[in-house]
Amino acid sequence: MAGTAVLGRLAWLVTEVTGALEETPRVRTLLLDAEGWPGHRPGQHLDVRLTAEDGYQAERSYSIASAPGEPLSITVERLEDGEVSPYLVDEAREGDGFEVRGPIGGYFVWEDDGRPVFLVGGGSGVVPLMAMIRSSPGSTPIRLLYSSRTLEDVIYREELDARAGHGLEVFHTLTREQPSGWTGYSRRIDNDLLREIAWPASDDPQVFVCGSTRFVDAAADGLVALGYDPLSIKTERFGATGG
Amino acid sequence: MPQISRGFHGRRSEASSDRLPPGQHLVDDFPVLSAGPTPHTPLAEWTFTIEGGAEPASWTWEEFQALPSEEITTDIHCVTKWSKLDTAWRGVSLDTLLALVEHDADYLLAFCDGGYTTNLPLEHVTDGKAWIAYDYDGEPLEPEHGGPARMLVPHLYFWKSAKWIRGFRLQDEDEPGFWESNGYHILGDPWLEQRYWGD
Repeated sequence: MAGTAVLGRLAWLVTEVTGALEETPRVRTLLLDAEGWPGHRPGQHLDVRLTAEDGYQAERSYSIASAPGEPLSITVERLEDGEVSPYLVDEAREGDGFEVRGPIGGYFVWEDDGRPVFLVGGGSGVVPLMAMIRSSPGSTPIRLLYSSRTLEDVIYREELDARAGHGLEVFHTLTREQPSGWTGYSRRIDNDLLREIAWPASDDPQVFVCGSTRFVDAAADGLVALGYDPLSIKTERFGATGG
Repeated sequence: MPQISRGFHGRRSEASSDRLPPGQHLVDDFPVLSAGPTPHTPLAEWTFTIEGGAEPASWTWEEFQALPSEEITTDIHCVTKWSKLDTAWRGVSLDTLLALVEHDADYLLAFCDGGYTTNLPLEHVTDGKAWIAYDYDGEPLEPEHGGPARMLVPHLYFWKSAKWIRGFRLQDEDEPGFWESNGYHILGDPWLEQRYWGD
């Protein structure tokens, strides 16, 4: 399967930006044409390497947003004190280039085996979860619990609205500010919220949680309290230092 | 010749670049990376066990605290590309532990609460290269950072410094652990940038 058998060293691939999409004021999706991209599985990430004119280089890792088989894309949140993310969000434009290598990671990966799927994302932690949603054939039931600060910060909002209903249920919570008439949740993830939304542990769901450390700990600890097997909960955490 | 990224200038504020392995950048905080929920094992139930020697060896938390410990100040390097300088730890050297066990093994496989494992050649954990650490910055190690105790092998990428460690098994073969079975390098030397399979 694509991305599982890496025989040689993962090479840095010449990559061109073929398109950019403003997701929120702080988040942008870049469509990439990476020469020789070997394919990936939903949930994996890639490394980006930027090179300045004088040879100075900086590397960071980003989750892959696209489903296998779709044009490769990453979705990047600008970190104000970052080095690479401001370039990717504010500067890079169609025709620009950098190098990528990947796919990376063999654990935080969804293999569709028909078991229900519970996805829990905080902020830009939704990105690898979106790759899973985009790769779903629709026959496996998926619930996404997605926490954002404000409605403006919700990444992929229109696409999630459009995809909901075809085996996918989407539950938003807005933790900082809610528009008038908001019918979703309005608080940080807690055990009661998880109890309302999560599949019963007896359904043996696959669980993927991605977000900040505090967010992931709240979600994972809450699911363990609900009776989930800790080994069934796959987490991916990022601090505020991805850059 | 690497591909130039138009308009990229970089931050270049990293003064200690001779302490920064290739592809790494410095951070001031302490990011957390784990594959699953954070285990919370009560100290009363905690033990540390070495298997695979002539006799199995095991310590309770109190017994482990009574072993000679060392203060370690070291740089750490995570495969996700952050490095942190001058981190301060206290823990028991693996030299101290292995001196108490009769064995002729070449490798160990560390095991942890939460099911995590990682493999290490003994030559990379002896002669002052590795510790079981239980204090960080003068305080008991927080659970999110691997408390009550974690491996500390600072000359390798930090996933080798397994959190929530409960012991290790001495063995003749180098058996890939958790990340090593999931795309990451069997050894993980940051100065050789051994991040992934094939590096």
